[in-house]
Amino acid sequence: MYDFLIAPFADFEFMRRALVGAIALALAGAPIGVFLILRRMALSGDAMAHAILPGAALGYLAAGLSLPAMTLGGLAAGFAVALLSGVVARATILREDASLAGLYLVSLALGVTLVSLRGSNVDLLHVLFGNVLALDDQTLLLLAAIATVTLTGFALLYRPLVMETLDPAFTAVTTGAGAVTQLAFLALLVLNLVAGFQALGTLMSVGLMMLPAAAARLWTQRLDAAIALAAALGLVAAYCGLVASYAWGLPSGPAIVLAAGFLYVVSLVFGRAGGALRNLPKRRHLEA
Amino acid sequence: MTAALSLSDVTLGYDGHPAVHHLTGRFEPGSLTAVCGPNGAGKSTLVKALAGVLKPIGGRIDRGGLLARDIGYLPQAAEIDRAFPIDVFDFVALGRIRRAGLFGRLGAADRKAAQEAISAVGLEGLERRQIGALSGGQTQRMMFARLMAQDSRVILLDEPFAAVDERTMGDLVGLIAQWHAQGRTLVAVLHDFALVRAYFPRTLLLARECIAWGPTDDALAASNLAKAQAMSEAFDDDAGDCERAA
Repeated sequence: MYDFLIAPFADFEFMRRALVGAIALALAGAPIGVFLILRRMALSGDAMAHAILPGAALGYLAAGLSLPAMTLGGLAAGFAVALLSGVVARATILREDASLAGLYLVSLALGVTLVSLRGSNVDLLHVLFGNVLALDDQTLLLLAAIATVTLTGFALLYRPLVMETLDPAFTAVTTGAGAVTQLAFLALLVLNLVAGFQALGTLMSVGLMMLPAAAARLWTQRLDAAIALAAALGLVAAYCGLVASYAWGLPSGPAIVLAAGFLYVVSLVFGRAGGALRNLPKRRHLEA
Repeated sequence: MTAALSLSDVTLGYDGHPAVHHLTGRFEPGSLTAVCGPNGAGKSTLVKALAGVLKPIGGRIDRGGLLARDIGYLPQAAEIDRAFPIDVFDFVALGRIRRAGLFGRLGAADRKAAQEAISAVGLEGLERRQIGALSGGQTQRMMFARLMAQDSRVILLDEPFAAVDERTMGDLVGLIAQWHAQGRTLVAVLHDFALVRAYFPRTLLLARECIAWGPTDDALAASNLAKAQAMSEAFDDDAGDCERAA
């Protein structure tokens, strides 16, 4: 048991680093994911994650697999897309989902092309799927810093964000803080997408954000409980995914996302506040 | 503070398409006015502009020294997200946000005001119920409770009785009458002429422009209603610039 559950982390530094990085992602991703779901932006979050790629790829072209260059590029691209998709939705007849799908396809293709201009397939894989087992000090510090900023930011933003999500018109009239709140939330989202990009790659960076949050929503009707549960599920997924990837030689990023996906599927079926089986009469459970 | 709302030559619209033309007039302090008119007449647009959500394309709205944020605004019920996980007490307590501040603590007075408002609309005992579990009528009662907790001198109601049962409507009309008696200025978008004639002393009949604005019996005279109907049949959603603007 020890060999299976603890030894990988006791014996290998890269496993410990991966665990710390994934914990930072899961903690910060929980509130973001829960609010993305409440704001019906789950798909926008994913689309924006892809849209970060060309920015990071430009950083890569300029400086190779350099953390600061790729992070700066990713942040710039993320903010640009967050603002652009709003503008496109307002200025054209396309709804926001169509404009996001457009942006995301173009960004993904552009990003892959840019990386291929200079790099090998290994680098491309790194960019697309991340490399949670190769987090260096710099990257860990970045993930921890982003998690700190995110959690502090949410402490401040919590009430306005609840109001803005629940009743935008009332919030706009009563506080005048609607637009600022939206922008602050988008900024935190982009920060966390960049963090996720470092560990899980552009294709799955929202994995530790969306799956635990979606699962948590199926268990509770309370917002604070949903966020806490999402964080807890994210931690469990991070740990189990890493253990599984070590034990069975699975790629670690996908293993973490699969572990989160497993929790999500279980919640879909059994979740008390929204799962498929919640309406079955109690009696039949007892008989079975 | 006079708590009056004055409009001078106000034109409102979205994306440059005017929805309300050249409206001039005044909601007097302490008045109770119904806004009526055919579908698409610009009633909700007008209320949004009074609330400060929508900036006029032309003209000026004078709130008599009140900030837009000091106005109590009841959006159409469809505009709130009823799936949001929040309970009735917390929802009503949001009405105190102007007093408590966006980041401040809700004080004992705020909690008391919220609780009193919940009792006043007849939702006592449902404080910890999720808003998604309420019926349509209960939801509207809760929205009124939030307005009451806001304690505003000017209150704007956008279709407060849409999808509401008779009894709830009776109770809510009673609240409106009570607010009126307290000297608050009230403006409500309504469809039910019988209700308007029974409870609302003044009426603004709107069909993209002002058809009539005055005592309800005069404003809702048959000739005015016919005129509003005729105007509504000529509504052109693709109208460009305002013709009379030139």
